[in-house]
Amino acid sequence: MRDESEFQFRLGIVLLCAVVLAALVSLFYTPFDPYAMNTAQRFLPPGLVHWFGTDQFGRDNFSRAITGARYSLLAAGATVVLSGVAGIALGLFSGYFGGPVEAVVMRLTDALSSFPGILTALVAVSVLNEGRYTIIPALAVAFLPSYIRLARSGAQQCKNKEYVFAARACGASTKRILFRHILPNLMPTVVPSVVIGLSNAILAESGMSYLGLGIQPPIPSWGRMLAEGQAYLLKAPWEALGAGLMMLLTVLGLNALGSSIVMHFTDRGARRL
Amino acid sequence: MKKNIALRMISSLLAAAVLLSPAACSSGGSAVSSGSSSAQEEKTPQDGGNFVYGLQTQPRHLNPYLNTSADTRVILFNIFEGLVKPDKDGNLNPAVAESYTTSDDAASYTFKLRPGVKFQTGKAVTADDVVYSLSTAAGLKTGKLLVAGLKNIKSVEAKDASTVTIHLKEADYDFLPELTVAILPKGYTEQDTHPIGTGPYMFESYSPQQKLVLKKNPYYWQKGLPHFDKVTFKLESDSNALLTDLQGGSVDGASIANNVASQLGSEFQVIASNSNSVQLLALNNKTEPFNNADVRRAVCYAVNPDEIIQTVDFGKGVRCGSPVIPGLKKYCDTSLAKAYNHNTAKAKQLLAKAGYPNGFSMSITVPSNYTVHVETAQVIVNELKEVGIKATIHQVDFATWLSKAYHNREYQSTIVSVDGATLSPRSYLSRYVSDSDKNFTNYSSAAYDALYRKAETEKDETKRIALYKQAQKMLSDDAASVYIQDISNLNALKNGISGFTAYPLYVFDAASLYRTK
Repeated sequence: MRDESEFQFRLGIVLLCAVVLAALVSLFYTPFDPYAMNTAQRFLPPGLVHWFGTDQFGRDNFSRAITGARYSLLAAGATVVLSGVAGIALGLFSGYFGGPVEAVVMRLTDALSSFPGILTALVAVSVLNEGRYTIIPALAVAFLPSYIRLARSGAQQCKNKEYVFAARACGASTKRILFRHILPNLMPTVVPSVVIGLSNAILAESGMSYLGLGIQPPIPSWGRMLAEGQAYLLKAPWEALGAGLMMLLTVLGLNALGSSIVMHFTDRGARRL
Repeated sequence: MKKNIALRMISSLLAAAVLLSPAACSSGGSAVSSGSSSAQEEKTPQDGGNFVYGLQTQPRHLNPYLNTSADTRVILFNIFEGLVKPDKDGNLNPAVAESYTTSDDAASYTFKLRPGVKFQTGKAVTADDVVYSLSTAAGLKTGKLLVAGLKNIKSVEAKDASTVTIHLKEADYDFLPELTVAILPKGYTEQDTHPIGTGPYMFESYSPQQKLVLKKNPYYWQKGLPHFDKVTFKLESDSNALLTDLQGGSVDGASIANNVASQLGSEFQVIASNSNSVQLLALNNKTEPFNNADVRRAVCYAVNPDEIIQTVDFGKGVRCGSPVIPGLKKYCDTSLAKAYNHNTAKAKQLLAKAGYPNGFSMSITVPSNYTVHVETAQVIVNELKEVGIKATIHQVDFATWLSKAYHNREYQSTIVSVDGATLSPRSYLSRYVSDSDKNFTNYSSAAYDALYRKAETEKDETKRIALYKQAQKMLSDDAASVYIQDISNLNALKNGISGFTAYPLYVFDAASLYRTK
């Protein structure tokens, strides 16, 4: 069990570091200008010069893929932070206080989660409209219900535990009880779900960009590259494959990391008993 | 689970995108059978056989007066004919009518019907049928105008069994293009389920989401036409399904996109023709900074249509400098295509003159279902960057585009292809009249309005053409928008099929096609 958890952890860290490093490098250096078009160079297959080949505009796919990493990671990270913070806070309050607060929050959550996530995000994009980064709040709204549910059920379990009674008896404020006593005890479930949430957000952002509602061209994002590459899948599959490979590595890394964290916590819990 | 939903969403959106994809709307016409196209005349036509045409659409109305979808018109063009019909050069030739005369004041048009024209039921077309058809389409009895172009009809009168006179509310020397509207048998009420007209092919069956089958009209008035016994329109869900069917051999021909064309094997011939719409970077003349003509001119100089045609359309496309399609040879001022040749220095100079020496930021709204426009936008962003203009692309779905950008005119610039309803330059030029409800660029010029009115009411054709050209020149000089190109429409046909005829309208003529042996 421990060996596997460690392997997963290492795999996740290595893959993620590679992708994050690529994104960071792209800030200072890309082999080619990711926006420069050159029709004489279109549809070049992968080779030593163009690692992922070139697209229909003759742009270098590798430069675009690592530049895209920046935007895809940024969008996914911001989405998860936004929906995680808001969702966990709402969930904690509603779980701890119960009553009408809980009823209102939970019915709204039910309403939100009765639509498919992508549909909610699509609606949010159209409502929020304008702006290059609309995709972030839009996806955050779509991701909200899962964090609210998670934090609420945790808070419900914890609020009748002895240590919470003890803290209350000592005169701890509600804020302190929620964030110093209950929240740390939810970490074993919250942390993996944040990590998995990141990988879901990357996929969702790609889906939205694929539909043309995510990050706007000519800024490269992985979903955008998939969409543009799809039209030439038989002729020049490398654009879609390059972007797909980057996505695969990132999602694989995040999932490995997530499951290693779960294993780590269960392992620790088992040992403590 | 989530992924499934995402996939389903994607596929349904793609289907919607595909339905909307070809150039917007163009108004119906009637079947044409001007014989084979010149390039293939040496081959001998073989009569008989079947032909399957792949079409990415689902017909809504089969009744030609109710249908508004350009893709359905592609089908109906083969079933119906009007008093006159367009030919491949944009001329109007008599069809159901044999000849016509216009009264001197252009307030009435008199048509002499062609003897021997029969409906697909075998019944001869009489003046009563024509009166019935035009009155219904113009809503004379019901008050409900079905075909917008016929608004000007006051009354339709049968002089005798084969003569019909159309009286107009206002004199109009250029009313003929509207009379391509279908002639239907009087009193027949099943047009929507079983259409009957005078065209070369007659309706046989329709299975929604599968196919629509037409068969040869044995009573067709043009001898020797059509060639095929049966023409099937296979209704494809998306371009991938179409590509599979083309490669698998179950479809003989289809209108295809560039990326599909590049993946077809050698058993197909790909014929490029005009799409009959003008792609433009529409500049909202009412918003900053495009209310300044020098800024608009600067953008015209900054954008390079040749580069767009080369990059986005693989070199296939006709550069265009006016809103009138090049296919309307008589009216289009082709000299304007090069009115603004790519010139970065001049663009910068004009920007400095207009008070933007360091450029400005602008947004380009693009309907996301049109890949070609999104790709064009990407090229334009790069081109504008060279003169210091920072453009960002803002994609919206087509419904949003239609309501926000087109109807409410809430946009700064947008890329779209605009086509016309009829073979008249009016359908392209009328939208620049200041108070036109179609004037989505908000172009406003008293001089243009006066010029357009003058052209519209000019009696002499030569003078009228000159005036229409003058109007185009004015739009070009004022840089009303950036006119880019008439995007190529590609048709794939299996080898061994000849006679493809391209029209300056969004139609597909099955009658001129034949198999060679």
